[in-house]
Amino acid sequence: MLKYYLCLVRRDLLLVMRQPAAVFNPLVFFVLVVSLFPLGVTPQASQLSQLAAGVIWVAALLSTLLSLDLIFRSDYDDGSLEQLLLGSQPSWLLAMAKVTAHWLVSGLPLVILAPIVSSMLFMPYHALPGMLLALLLGTPTLSLFGAVGAALMTGVKDGGILLSLLVLPWYIPVLIFGASAVQAASSGMPMNAQLALLGALLIFALMVTPAATVAALRVGQMQG
Amino acid sequence: MVHFKLPRWFHQLGSPKWFYQFAGLLQPWLALISLVLLFWGIMWGLLYAPADYQQGNSFRIIYVHVPTAILSQSIFMMLAVAGAIGLIWKIKMAFIVARACVPIGASMTVIALLTGAIWGKPTWGTFWQWDARLTSTLVLLFLYLGILALYQAISDRQIAARATAILSLVGLVNLPVIKYSVDWWHTIHQPATFTLTQKPNMPAEMYLPLIVMMSGIYALFVLLLLLRTRNEILAQEGRSGWLTKLLQEGHA
Repeated sequence: MLKYYLCLVRRDLLLVMRQPAAVFNPLVFFVLVVSLFPLGVTPQASQLSQLAAGVIWVAALLSTLLSLDLIFRSDYDDGSLEQLLLGSQPSWLLAMAKVTAHWLVSGLPLVILAPIVSSMLFMPYHALPGMLLALLLGTPTLSLFGAVGAALMTGVKDGGILLSLLVLPWYIPVLIFGASAVQAASSGMPMNAQLALLGALLIFALMVTPAATVAALRVGQMQG
Repeated sequence: MVHFKLPRWFHQLGSPKWFYQFAGLLQPWLALISLVLLFWGIMWGLLYAPADYQQGNSFRIIYVHVPTAILSQSIFMMLAVAGAIGLIWKIKMAFIVARACVPIGASMTVIALLTGAIWGKPTWGTFWQWDARLTSTLVLLFLYLGILALYQAISDRQIAARATAILSLVGLVNLPVIKYSVDWWHTIHQPATFTLTQKPNMPAEMYLPLIVMMSGIYALFVLLLLLRTRNEILAQEGRSGWLTKLLQEGHA
């Protein structure tokens, strides 16, 4: 089972490396969206540093939404998804492998870019470890819930906006607790509660979403 | 091993034909019951219940706000359960009923949010606050709208029904958050008036009309559900033998 999982993750990473734009575009979008706020709202450091936590989280959410399509799209289009679902290995492993690969190319780079964007918004440096930790706990949850949405959209043409509509309500708790964690870190307060809740959301997502993703994939297979 | 035979009416409810005709019989009675209860509840609540010592007469919107808020959550629960029944036991009627409840639930949520905002202005000084209960009810509205959007996006009704069933099951996690949000967080919204275990801390002259209104709105919901379900059956089963025969005879 582990071998199957690792094999699938490796396959997905290889495939994605052949079209690096699919990975870089959401990340560029992330940095662009963050830069819109100093330009549109205020360039003053004192005010930006108060917005920083929320803005970075919202930008992370939106950039993850953009990258969700690549989880299943190419495999659905060429029929390999159907073959994988029909195979002898449990399908929830397939879902987990896809989510892992997605997180490695979308969530993890967001964590890596976080120091850059937080200095763009003048977030205090002592909040940075908290921000990284919150993002590390939150982005896998985003990938997990996003996979359910992406799976639901496999059979739907032009499902881009609909995907965002379906997935954002599930993202809201992650946003609330993630931003709250970073706000707490910025003002020097403990953020154990928020991190614990982010962890709880992750565990919940790990329990519920693989089954939902597989069910949604099978529904997608029923269509054209 | 216990041998358990499901009652006949359980199987009958699963047949579109039987449901269609049974619902048609129930409809006029439900219309009467809901009309009477709602009229009674509204008259009693708006005119005869005593004014609140703190809020004066503005508290009377409770008679619309609370039933619609409770229903908005119950309908989502029903939607998710019906979807689960359809997915697990592959009962077509369960999917049809689930599809019928979504717009009713969405409307109830909108009414609850609007009446809550109207109530909030005189009591809290603001139409809106981003506290736990209001935010999670807004998220519930987004979930309903997402389900409606997904129905529109998939043209095959059976497949759309399965997809939205999965969607509603994942969204079900929001319901305990809404219900218990007033207990888990410090929020501006007051805690529950009614619990199953304790006496309500409202005098009887105030909560009795509320009970009448709740029953009336539930009856109204069942009526609307039956109307919409019959409509969905017409849309989905339009070509089947029993329905064309019924329409030709002019009985539908």
